[in-house]
Amino acid sequence: MSEEKNEEEVRVGVFVCHCGSNIGGVIDCKKLAEEVRTFPNVAYTEDNLYTCSENGLAAIKKAVEEQKLNRVVVASCTPRTHEPLFRECISEAGLNPYLFNFVNIRDQCTWVHMKYPKEAYDKAKDLIKMGVAKAVKLEPLDMIVVNINPAALVIGGGVAGMSAALNLSRQGFKTYIVEKEDELGGRLNSLHKLFPHNIDASEFVGKIINNVQNAQNLEVITKSRVKNIEGFIGNYEVEIDQNGNIRKLEVGAIIVAVGSSLLNPEGLFGYDGIKRITQYELESKLKNKELNVKEVVMIQCVGARNDERPYCSSVCCMTALKNALTIKELNPDTHITILFRDLYTPGTDYEEYNRKAREQGVLFIRYNEERMPIVEENQVKVYNEYIGGEMMISYDLLVLSTPLVANSDNKELAQMLKVPLEANGFFLEAHVKLRPNDFATDGIYIGGSAKWPVDITETISQGYAAASRASTILSHDTIEVEGAISSLPEYNKNLCTGCEVCIKVCPYNAIIKNENDEIEIIEALCKGCGLCGATCTNNALVIKHFTDDQILSEIYAYGRK
Amino acid sequence: MIRSYQKYMPMEGNKMSFEPKLLGFLCNWCSYAGADLAGVSRIQYPPNMRVIRVMCSGRIDPIFVIQALELGIDGVYVMGCHIGDCHYLDGNYEAIRKFDMTKKFLSFGGLDNRIRLDWVSASEGVRFGEVVSKFVEDIKALGPSPLSGDNPDQELLRKVRAIRAAVSSNRMRALVGRQRKITEEENVYGEKFPEEKFDELMDQAIKEEYNRHRILVALEEDSKSVKDLGIELKLDPSIVLEHMLTLKSRSQVDFQEIIGNTPIFMRI
Repeated sequence: MSEEKNEEEVRVGVFVCHCGSNIGGVIDCKKLAEEVRTFPNVAYTEDNLYTCSENGLAAIKKAVEEQKLNRVVVASCTPRTHEPLFRECISEAGLNPYLFNFVNIRDQCTWVHMKYPKEAYDKAKDLIKMGVAKAVKLEPLDMIVVNINPAALVIGGGVAGMSAALNLSRQGFKTYIVEKEDELGGRLNSLHKLFPHNIDASEFVGKIINNVQNAQNLEVITKSRVKNIEGFIGNYEVEIDQNGNIRKLEVGAIIVAVGSSLLNPEGLFGYDGIKRITQYELESKLKNKELNVKEVVMIQCVGARNDERPYCSSVCCMTALKNALTIKELNPDTHITILFRDLYTPGTDYEEYNRKAREQGVLFIRYNEERMPIVEENQVKVYNEYIGGEMMISYDLLVLSTPLVANSDNKELAQMLKVPLEANGFFLEAHVKLRPNDFATDGIYIGGSAKWPVDITETISQGYAAASRASTILSHDTIEVEGAISSLPEYNKNLCTGCEVCIKVCPYNAIIKNENDEIEIIEALCKGCGLCGATCTNNALVIKHFTDDQILSEIYAYGRK
Repeated sequence: MIRSYQKYMPMEGNKMSFEPKLLGFLCNWCSYAGADLAGVSRIQYPPNMRVIRVMCSGRIDPIFVIQALELGIDGVYVMGCHIGDCHYLDGNYEAIRKFDMTKKFLSFGGLDNRIRLDWVSASEGVRFGEVVSKFVEDIKALGPSPLSGDNPDQELLRKVRAIRAAVSSNRMRALVGRQRKITEEENVYGEKFPEEKFDELMDQAIKEEYNRHRILVALEEDSKSVKDLGIELKLDPSIVLEHMLTLKSRSQVDFQEIIGNTPIFMRI
């Protein structure tokens, strides 16, 4: 694609690594290095016992200097572990790090064809030929430098958001909390006690709110919503709507801590909000000390772990146990029956609740999803799996353990942030294990129940986790991002038809049409996946370091002459 | 662990057996990592496939796949992350669309069963060995590509060149590029374009562009009349004429001369 002519003669140096006996024990690396010297543009080759050793790296630097190499190919283990090392090596030798190409002849060759040295040798030779062909076409690239605005926006003033905001502001970053309600605290405001250890919820949240209000660098904006978000990592511009007044904030990172919502169990098990209530309504009755009952039946997994909501809300078992114990504490004579499907009380403290509840006479009856309990006016009919028959349990208060559900406005926020939601409408992190508090989009992080229902302990951990992830960005004045990205080079601008298909396929919204009506790639947002390049209707876009030209040259090197 | 796929027989002592020449495009994050894991686990599989590493399976331009076949490679394997696991969110969905279109085009040359799309995760080292072994086995069963060796089938070569030109065309690239937006997202009226209807449109476009580009390839050698092109390409002359008019309006062909009553077309 490139029309930029490189006047300089291309001189490729190829270093074939024995990797001890890992490669050298299967194929003849010396012979291979000699044969490779005959390939076009190859100016120098050698074989090393370990190219990654100090001697090997010194040999590369020496050859770059003495042989005037301007491309380096190492045929060895895998780029996934060793590419950074060799890139650094050639940049110390004065070459642009992107003028390096890695050929994998160990993990994907000698290790997997150990019994067929001849075929492995031929394969290694082909792979080096292809690698050299690409190396010839490589172009120097620069890392992209992005300025970072050391300020953060936390969306949501619940315990996750407050934990994150406190953490960031204490590190010295200007932090804003945007809360849609008129006060901070979120879900905690409606809870009575907190498991484990039955701490008083109002007291606990009061302390955190107090810390937030007294914090330096921390501004709370209540009764407000995020209206619009523009920009990219380090440089977000956010519009906040506070009762119709628009305020603009400039921040470097955003934390999503919007929490979750309560399910309204209308139509389930005769819910009426009076005699048949949810655990949350029970909490406020307990909080206001307006409970006077003798027989309580609780039903678990109401509207959860079913086809409509396949997930476990994770907090309801503990909530039921906690409230059962609280009622028992108020009046030990109260009969409490918990109808459950499975009881999850993981960890060191939580199982204690389960044991204590049983000790205090709370009755546990397992029901089956196929035979749901039937709620009548004053009694519940339940099929008891253990005795294999139906039981009638009378109640004067029926409590439904309903799941936390995704906020109905998550979609709107997700679209503004350009981050994904999962099937249940919760926010979807970048990777469930490897990047649990990141989004795929750099500079946006997540913590708490916005991701899936979690209890307060976990919420606080996640709030801190999100803050610490954000601080890895905010603590730098600038960051460098990958140079191997999409581009619309000057010499290809005439090819661009302005069809905008690239804008549509870009997963990161990194392509825009600028004020001159030209396609522009926002370099800080581009991750270099190459979707736009494979899609561009007129081959105008060039994916740096994986250009059409480079990939095709690998194909030509392998195909029929 | 079972170090499987040692069934593979080397060429020695079995000189008649055909060893296919295969090319794999592997995405950096899943399938390439899976291939590395196969190595770390010393999974043994046949050495027929050479690998080109790309960042995402969505980077695979249909041109790459077709070019490889045109150069006589017996089979091309495109591998990416499992659906939902793409490092770039949904690059593998794009890969599916482009691959499906490529496959449909290649069916005109009977080469569609020589390309395969699959998902291999970074943890599926064993599976990487399995799927590559299976591909080698399947391509062996098909025999060498008619385009392989020093004397490739010239007629098929012309067809494949037409296909490569067709997938490079603005129309096909715009169609396949917009496919996901059109079929997966609602328009402003809350309507979705049904997948089947799009498929019909796509199939129609594939057929038209294939024939149009065959005409263009045929005209590269020499200027020809509609009638002669019809005979050469085994197409009804009225269809050739229709395409010719479209190609003329796109300024890809023009009249060269009129011999008797017959206009002769040339490529621009």
